[in-house]
Amino acid sequence: MSSVAISLLDLDSEEIKCFEAEDYQTRVAKWCAGCGDFGALNAVKRLLAKEQLQPEKMAFVSGIGCSSRFPHYVNAYGFHGIHGRALPIATGLKLARPELDVFVVMGDGDCTSIGAGHWIHATRYNADMTVLLLDNAIYGLTKNQTSPTTPQGYASNTSPRGSVLPALDPLQATLGISNASFVAQTADWVPVHLYATLQAAYEHPGFSFVRILQRCPKFTPDVFLDNVKNPDITELLIHENGVDVPSLEKLYKHRRVHDPKNIDDARALAQRTDMLRLGIFFRDDSLPVYEEVRAVPPVSAEEKIVRLNEEFDRYGV
Amino acid sequence: MASKETTITAVPEHTVEIITNSGEGAQKCAQIFGQTCAKMGNGVWTVEIIPAEIEPPHHTVTSTSGNIIRFGTDKVTNWGDRSKLAIAFNDQVLLSRHRLDSFADDCIILHESIWENHEDEAIRDGYAKAMKEMSSKNYRFIKVPIEEETLKVVDNAQHGKNMFALGLLTEIYQRDLSIIEKQIAYIFRTKSAKVTELNVELVKNGMAWARENLDFQFIIDSVPAEESRVVMNGNQACALGAIAAGMEICAMYPITPATSVSHELCDIIESYGGMVHQAEDEIAAAGVALGASYGGKVALTVTSGPGLALKTEFLALAIMVEIPLVVLDVQRGGPSTGLPTKVEQSDLLAALYGQPGDAPRVVIAPRTIEECFHSMITARRIAETFRCVVIILTDANLATGVQQFTRPDFDERWQGELIDASPVPEGLRPYDWDHDTGMSRRIIPGTPGGQHTVTGLAHDEESRVSYDPGSNERGQRMRSRKLAVFQSTLMPPPIYGDEEGDLLVVGWGSTQGAIEEAVDRARAEGRKVSSCQLTFLSPLEPGLKEIFSKFRKVMTVEINYSDNLGDPYITEETRRLGQLCWVLRAHTLVDLDCWTSVPGQPLRPNDIYNSIIENIENGSST
Repeated sequence: MSSVAISLLDLDSEEIKCFEAEDYQTRVAKWCAGCGDFGALNAVKRLLAKEQLQPEKMAFVSGIGCSSRFPHYVNAYGFHGIHGRALPIATGLKLARPELDVFVVMGDGDCTSIGAGHWIHATRYNADMTVLLLDNAIYGLTKNQTSPTTPQGYASNTSPRGSVLPALDPLQATLGISNASFVAQTADWVPVHLYATLQAAYEHPGFSFVRILQRCPKFTPDVFLDNVKNPDITELLIHENGVDVPSLEKLYKHRRVHDPKNIDDARALAQRTDMLRLGIFFRDDSLPVYEEVRAVPPVSAEEKIVRLNEEFDRYGV
Repeated sequence: MASKETTITAVPEHTVEIITNSGEGAQKCAQIFGQTCAKMGNGVWTVEIIPAEIEPPHHTVTSTSGNIIRFGTDKVTNWGDRSKLAIAFNDQVLLSRHRLDSFADDCIILHESIWENHEDEAIRDGYAKAMKEMSSKNYRFIKVPIEEETLKVVDNAQHGKNMFALGLLTEIYQRDLSIIEKQIAYIFRTKSAKVTELNVELVKNGMAWARENLDFQFIIDSVPAEESRVVMNGNQACALGAIAAGMEICAMYPITPATSVSHELCDIIESYGGMVHQAEDEIAAAGVALGASYGGKVALTVTSGPGLALKTEFLALAIMVEIPLVVLDVQRGGPSTGLPTKVEQSDLLAALYGQPGDAPRVVIAPRTIEECFHSMITARRIAETFRCVVIILTDANLATGVQQFTRPDFDERWQGELIDASPVPEGLRPYDWDHDTGMSRRIIPGTPGGQHTVTGLAHDEESRVSYDPGSNERGQRMRSRKLAVFQSTLMPPPIYGDEEGDLLVVGWGSTQGAIEEAVDRARAEGRKVSSCQLTFLSPLEPGLKEIFSKFRKVMTVEINYSDNLGDPYITEETRRLGQLCWVLRAHTLVDLDCWTSVPGQPLRPNDIYNSIIENIENGSST
C-alpha cells in the first residue's frame, strides 16, 4: 500500500495534502518502451491531480491484456478482472457504491471482441463511469494476433497474408447503441488532446466512452504512422461543449465545428473514411444514469424485519 | 350417477393430480388447493408438471401441464408414490400421465365428458384409443361435463375450468370455502372484483356438481400446529431468505427453473432498499454480482445448470480475489439444455470442480423448503466470514414444491454486519492471511489507506502479481485452508435410523423426504437400513468414514446418471457412478455403491425402497 495514501490519513494534520500527478502512480509500469499505454497513464494521472481525487475514493477496473495492467500502476482501488469482462464488474461496483469514481480500462480485443456483448449493454445502461478503450489494433500480450480493429490487409500471426475483414469501428458501433451518452476519439500522439478528452469524459455524467488510438511498438509500430507524421490527414472536431485545445490550432489545419449534441452528424462523421477525426463525436448529459434510475432509499435492519413480517403474514398458515 | 348415498372414507393422506393443457390454469387451481390444505393444518407437498414450451398444441400428450398435490394428516416430505385421484381436462393429457405410471391402480379419474362424442372424428378416435390403452388398469373413470358447467358462468371455458375443478376438489375433500375465497381474492387482487366473484361462483358450481353427482368423499384430518407456520415454495423461500440475509443486489439472467426467485425479488426487494439487475447474459450477471460484492455488498446471482457453466470463469475470479459471492443454482436436467423444467441433481460435480486449477468454494444443498430459506442466511455468513464463494444447490423439486415450515423469527444479525471501513493501519496487507486459518481482513474501496489492485493472476499478500513458486503455493494453500477451518465448525450429519446396520443410504439435498420414507418402509419390515442426508458438499461434513464403517454396505441415492452394472460393456471397471458417489469414494476410500435415476421427476419412495431391498439382497458388501 502506498505511503502517500497513508500520510493522507493523518487526521491530526491541519495541512491539506495536495496531490501531484506522480502521487497517483504506484510503481513503474511494465509495458514495452514506446507503448501507447504510457501516454494514457500519464494523461489519467494528470486528470486525477487536476481533480485532486482521493485515492481511496476511486476504482480502476480492467479486463485482461497489456492495457488491463493499468490499475496496478495507479494509486487507487483496482480490479484487474478477466478477459472482456471489466464492464460487468464496474457496473456492479457502481450500483453498490455510486459515490465512487469508477474508471474502466480495456484493450481492443478485450472490449470489441470477447467483451463485445458487455460493451453494447454497458453503453445502454449508461452508468456513470469513464471508459478508456486503449486501441492499438492488435492482440499484444498473446503476441500479435489480429483483433477486430486491425486494419484490413494488416499482417499478424493469425492473418499472415493480411487481415481479411474490414476493421470494426468502435465509434460507429457505440454511436449505434440506444442510450449512448458520450463517444469520443483521441490519440496518444496528441497528449494535450488526450488529456482534454479525458477531462471532458470524466466530467460527463454517464458512460463516457473514449477510444484512444495508439501504437503497439512491437506489433503495430506503424499502424498510425501516417497520421503521426502528417497532421493534415487528421481533422479535429471542436466545439464549446466538446474539446477545443487552442495550442493545437497551428499544427492541425483541419478543424471542424461539430456540436456533440447532434447524433446524426456524429454518426455521419464516424462513418467517413476520408480523414482521421479526433474529438467528441457525441455527448448528451441529460440521459438517465443507471445507478440513479435504480436507486432506492436505504432501509434499516429493524425496518426490514417489520416488512418481512408483513410479507410472511401473506404466507401464514 | 344416480342420486346416491355418499361414502365418506377417512384416509391419512391422498395424492391428487390436476392435468390440463398448458395454459388452462392447472397451476393456479393447485396452488389454491395446496395453500388451502396447508392453511387447514394438513401436511402438503406439491410438484408441478410443466412442459418447457409456454403453450404447446392443445389436446396432445405433449401439452400436459399440471400439478400433483400430496397432502395428509402428518407432515408430508415428498411427492409420494402414485396418485389416488386425478382431474383431467382431456384424454390425451390424461394418457400422458398414465404412460408415466403416475396413477395408483385404483385411481379415481374425473375427466371431461365432451370428447367421447365430439363432432371431430379425429378427437373421437383419439379418445377411444386413449381409453382402450388405459383399460389395462382398474381406474375408476367418472365423466364430468367440465366445459359445459363452466360455460354456465363464463364465456370462455379456457379461463374457468380450473376453478370448476377446484370446486370438485373442495367438495370431495371437504375444504374450507372461506379460505379458498380469500386465496382467489388475493390471486386476482389486481383485477376487478367481478373476476373474483366469477371465480368463486365457478368453485361453488363445482362443489354443487360434486355434491349431486359423486358418491364419495375423503376425510383427511389435520392436527393444528403448535407453532406459527408459513407455506411457500422453495424459490419463494430462497428469495425471502436472501432478503432476510440482508442481500441488496441480485444480478440475474432469465433461466428456468431459477427465474421465479428473481420474480419474487423483483416484486419486493426495492422496498428493502435493494435491487435486481437483469444482466445481458449469465456471465455479466456473475460479474455484476462480483462487482457489487467488491464494493462491499454481498450480492447474489441466481441461475441453473447452463448458467452455472457460463459463470465458471467469474466464480474462479471471485475465489482467486477472495471476494464473497453467493450463487443460487436451481438445478435442472442436464447436460446442455437438457430438461429445462424438470428435476435433476445435475450440478454437484460442476459446482465442486467446475474451474481449472484449484478453486475451493463452499457448496450447500438445502434438504427442505425451510432450509432453502435459512441456507441463504448461512451462505451470506459463510461467504463474508471466509471471503469465499458459496454455491447453494436447490433443484426443480424444491423450487416449485410447496411445503409448510415454522415461521422464522427474524434476527437483525442475519443481515450481516457493517464492513470495517476504518483506515487501514500501516503494514496491513490486502491478503494478510493468518498463517493457520488463511483468513484475512476484507478491505473494500473507500477504505482510507487500503488501496490495492485485486487480480485474477497469482499474487502475493500485497496483491501484487507474482509468478514465483513460493507465492503461488502460499496463495493456493491459504485459499484451501479456509475450507478446512470452516469444516472444523461443522457437526457430523445425523443418522436417520440406527447408527449401524446392513445398509446406509446416503443422499443430498431435496431427496431427503423420499429417502426417509423408503427407509421407514424397509425398517418396518425389519430391514437394518438407515439413511443420512448431506447438506454440506464442500467441505463435507466431518466423520463420514467413521459413520460408514458401522454399516455393511453404503449406497448413495441420487437423481443423476450412473451406469447399470450388467448393461453392455458396463463392468465394475467401466461403470460411471452418481455424482455424490464419486465424491464420497474419493473422500472416504469406502467402496460405495449408488442407485440413481434420471426420470426428470422426483424420486418416488417406492422406487428407492425397491433399490434398498435389491441392494441388501443382491449387492456385494462394502
